[in-house]
Amino acid sequence: MSPNKLALALLAVSCVAWGSEPNAARQKELVHLVRQDCGSCHGMSLKGGLGPALLPENLRDKPAEGLTATIYYGRPGTPMPPWKQFMSEAEAAWIVDKLMTAFPE
Amino acid sequence: MRLLLSLFLVLLLNACAGPQLRGTGDLGLIIERSSGHVTLVNTSTRQPYARIAGLGDLSHASAVYSRDGRYAFIFGRDGGLTKIDLLEAKIVKRVIQSGNAIGGSISQDGRIVVAQNYSPGGIKAFDAETLELLSEVPAEYAPGKFSKVVGLADTAGNKFAYALFEGGEIRVTDFSDPKQPKTQRFPAGSQPYDGLVTPDGRYFLAGLFGEDGVAMLDLWQPEKGARKILEKYGRGEEKLPVFKMPHLRGWSVAQGKAYLPAIGRHEVLVVDVATWKEVGRIPVRGQPVFVMARPDGRQIWVNFAFPDNGKIDVIDTLAGKVVHNMEPGKGILHMEFAPRGENIWLSARDDNKVVIYNTENFTKQGEIVADSPSGIFFTSRAVRIGF
Repeated sequence: MSPNKLALALLAVSCVAWGSEPNAARQKELVHLVRQDCGSCHGMSLKGGLGPALLPENLRDKPAEGLTATIYYGRPGTPMPPWKQFMSEAEAAWIVDKLMTAFPE
Repeated sequence: MRLLLSLFLVLLLNACAGPQLRGTGDLGLIIERSSGHVTLVNTSTRQPYARIAGLGDLSHASAVYSRDGRYAFIFGRDGGLTKIDLLEAKIVKRVIQSGNAIGGSISQDGRIVVAQNYSPGGIKAFDAETLELLSEVPAEYAPGKFSKVVGLADTAGNKFAYALFEGGEIRVTDFSDPKQPKTQRFPAGSQPYDGLVTPDGRYFLAGLFGEDGVAMLDLWQPEKGARKILEKYGRGEEKLPVFKMPHLRGWSVAQGKAYLPAIGRHEVLVVDVATWKEVGRIPVRGQPVFVMARPDGRQIWVNFAFPDNGKIDVIDTLAGKVVHNMEPGKGILHMEFAPRGENIWLSARDDNKVVIYNTENFTKQGEIVADSPSGIFFTSRAVRIGF
């Protein structure tokens, strides 16, 4: 991705992050997805595995926009795949927000 | 009254006779990943017989067995190592041996249990009797740099083969003197993600994530070093995203061929074990995770990464293609064959049950309720190399 495209994408992500929260049913699905499926690399308790730990103290110093882009677009050169076919950017931003504070059980 | 009294006496005597004798060959356990439980099962009756709590974080837990099949050693994600007695259905001993573990293995002579750890990266050897720490080998691949350990497998002579994810190497550590282990290192390739040892214990294979290919070490001739097989099987084509890493553990060698999951391709790769050349590819319905041969080698069962983790494809090794598709449940994480393969147990995580199917006619044989089941491990593993 060119730097321009990346900047645009980041802008788009940071804009949609202002949008409304997913509804309760969708939140439940996203929590299940993170704990069970992201959990296969990051650990069900998010303490890390083949992928890094995703607890608030691990993410504190990282910009939320960058984390949202990592979920949405993946990280080439690492095993982190893009999750964009399973969620919107706003939903990825919601996940990041929850990861950085307290992720629901 | 006299009759009642004698009946009572008989019951009393029976109660005093001690536990009923039984073997362990048809027992096993199911990991319940969310709640730190294991359910103990009998593969003859296809029923659970006990449930044990208090095993900590069991997401991605695995188990190996003592030679007599009586004790299971369960490696939890939180670094917990728990020894369970399957006959008395209780925890015998539990230690927290690291911060973040991924599995473990047991030595050829059954005396040493080795755990493989992500954090701090390395392996640790324990006395199988007492779980006392014997020695540890940090996975330091450059000064001050430690790697996650993957693919630990037992091999002949109390040696263990494994790979380093960040370090890109295969290692063989010899625990024949368990307090003075000796380690050999072999460059392997980019990001090995898991490993397996062939059923005869001769070859250790490490799947590579960072490049197309599989690194292979001949454990009979380790001085020849690791070499790459299946190089560039993707031929530069864009990879499909991988939403869960494949697992290589579990025999997938059948009829002189090895069946391996492709990475980023919805295919099972077929390799001739005599030449280690690719001899075919079998299209399947997702990114393969487990590619497991039925004990007789006639069938290969394949499950898949998210979002195809409700599907199972069955390959007939004689026909060389998928002959059966099924959707046995939601979130199929693991499968285990009965010791001689007449049925298979599949854990359906999101349905909270284990389902049992006949492998000949694919009819359902039963199901067992379990809380988010993941790994299923039968005592028949006790006598197999690499399990």
